[in-house]
Amino acid sequence: MDKVIELITAHVGDAAIVAVERNGLQPAIQVSPFFLRSIAKLLRDSEGFYFDFLANISAVDHYPENRFSVVYHITSIPYQTQLVLKVDVENERTMDKLPEVPSVSKVWRTADWHEREAFDLMGVFFTDHPDLRRILLPDDWVGFPLRKDYQDPETYHGISIK
Amino acid sequence: MSIYTSGLDKYKEKIASISSQEMVINMGPQHPSTHGVLRLELITDGEIVKDIIPHLGYLHRCFDKHAESMNYTKSIPFTDRLDYLASMNNSHAFVMGVERMLGIEGAIPKRIEYIRVLVCELNRIASHLIAIGTYGIDIGAFTPFMWCFRDREHIMNMLEWASGSRMLYNYIWIGGLFYDLPVGFEERCKEFIDYFKPKLVELDELLSNNQIFISRTANIGALPADVAINYGCSGPMLRASGIKWDLRRVDGYSVYPELEFDIPVGKGEMGVLGDCWDRYKVRVDEVRESVKIIEQCLARLASDFHRTPDFDPRAMVPKKVNLKSQDYYVRAENPKGELGFYFVTQEKTDIPKRVKSRGPSFNNLSVLPELGRGQLIADLIAILGSIDIVLGEVDR
Repeated sequence: MDKVIELITAHVGDAAIVAVERNGLQPAIQVSPFFLRSIAKLLRDSEGFYFDFLANISAVDHYPENRFSVVYHITSIPYQTQLVLKVDVENERTMDKLPEVPSVSKVWRTADWHEREAFDLMGVFFTDHPDLRRILLPDDWVGFPLRKDYQDPETYHGISIK
Repeated sequence: MSIYTSGLDKYKEKIASISSQEMVINMGPQHPSTHGVLRLELITDGEIVKDIIPHLGYLHRCFDKHAESMNYTKSIPFTDRLDYLASMNNSHAFVMGVERMLGIEGAIPKRIEYIRVLVCELNRIASHLIAIGTYGIDIGAFTPFMWCFRDREHIMNMLEWASGSRMLYNYIWIGGLFYDLPVGFEERCKEFIDYFKPKLVELDELLSNNQIFISRTANIGALPADVAINYGCSGPMLRASGIKWDLRRVDGYSVYPELEFDIPVGKGEMGVLGDCWDRYKVRVDEVRESVKIIEQCLARLASDFHRTPDFDPRAMVPKKVNLKSQDYYVRAENPKGELGFYFVTQEKTDIPKRVKSRGPSFNNLSVLPELGRGQLIADLIAILGSIDIVLGEVDR
C-alpha cells in the first residue's frame, strides 16, 4: 500500500492522490480524476506491481450530497495483491451535465462494459470511451435508475407501467 | 445532450454504413445456442464474421436496485437468481462478504463451513455438467447432453432434499444455514459419488476424445493469456489459457485451505493453448477435483464434525445485521469465474447504500467480439458455447 503511494507520487506527482483511507477492511486510495489514466497505466505496467486485472468498477451515488464516486478494484495476478482506487466527482444532478470521469478502457479492456454499465444505470460519463452506449437498459430509456433521486416513469412507449 | 448520445449515433452509423456484400444477421435473443436471451448482431461477409455487437439486458432484473431497498438477509434469495445454475456458490459469496464485515467469519462452526463447501461443490458439478452437456449439443452431439442432465438430476434431488428447492435454494444464511443436512444425506452423497465416478470416464470416452468433437473445437477461438487478463476473464476461461488462478487457493476462503485439490489448467493438448477444447477440458477436470473435495468433506463431516443432536446451524444467525459505515469487496470462485460483491453500508440501518455485483459471465462474454472476429459463423457457436455464460448473471 505505502509502496503504491510512493510509486504514484514519484511518477505522477503529489497532486494525484487526494486522500488515503486506511481504517476500513480494505484500504483505498482516492485519486484525482485528472491523473486517473496515467495512474492506471503506471500501476499496470510498473515492475513489482503489475496490476493487470481489473475486477470491478462500481459507481456510487452519495445522495443527498451532490457527489458521485467511481470505485476501481484491481488485482495483480502475478503478485496476488489487491488494490482499491476511488475517484470522487461533484455534480449538480441535472440531465444535461453528467459527472465526468476519464475512461480507463484503453488500459484494461474490462472497463469497456463496466463503464457502459455505470453510464447506463448511474449516469457517469466516461470521457474518451470508444463506445459509450446504454448496455442493460433500452437505448431510449430516460434517466439513470440507480441514482437515489430517480423517479420511476409513468409510461414506457405509451404503455402505463404503474 | 448530444455528447451523451454520441456512442449510440456511432453505433447506428456503423450499422448503416456496411458495404453491399456485407450483411447484418441477428443471432438471438431466442436462439438456442446463445444459452438464454442474448442477442448478437453479426456483421458478416459470406460465412465470415466481420464484427460482433452483443446486446444485453433482456434478463435485467435490477439486482443492484433491489438490494438497495431491503436488508442483507432478504437479498440472499436474489443472489440465487444471478447465476441460477450455481445458486449455492452465489449465496456463499454474498454471505461471506456480510460475515466479514460483521467480523464473525472466524467464529462460524467448522461443521457449517464444511456443509457449505460440500453443497457448493455439488452445485459446481451441476453447473459444469450443464456447461459440458449444452456444449455438446451446440456442436451437434446430443447424447452427452442427456447423460449430463441425468447425472445432474441426482444432485438437484439431493440439494432439494437439503433446502426444499430444486434450483434456487436460499440455503446458506448469514452466520449459518437454513437447516442442518437431513439425516442420511452423507450416505446418499457417498452413493452418488460412487455412481458418478465411472460416468466421468464414460463422458471422456464419449465426448472429450471424440474425433468429431475435437475437430470442431481444437484450434478454434484461441484466447492468449494476456488478452484474457486484459478483458477480465476469470475461472475456467482464464485457466484454460494456462494461468493457475483459482480464488479458492489464492484467497483460501472458508475451509478450502484444509482440503486437497489441484487446479486444472489448459495445456493445449489438442491444438493451441486456450482454444475451445481446452476450455471444455478444464471444466471436465474441475468436476473431478470437485468430486475429490466432496469426498474429503464427507469424510470430515462423518468424523471430526459429525452430527450432534444439539447442533443448531442458526445459532450464529444475527437478528439484525448492524454494520458501521464501510465498504467492502468480496470475491469468490464461482463455477464461471470470479464472482464479486461490492458493498457500501450505511450507519444505523441494515439496508445497504450500494451493492454492486460483478458477474463472471459478464466479463467473460465481453471477450467474444475479440475472439469471434474473422471466424466462421459455425465456429462462433462453438466459441460462445465454450465461454459458458449464464444470462441471469450477465444481465443481473
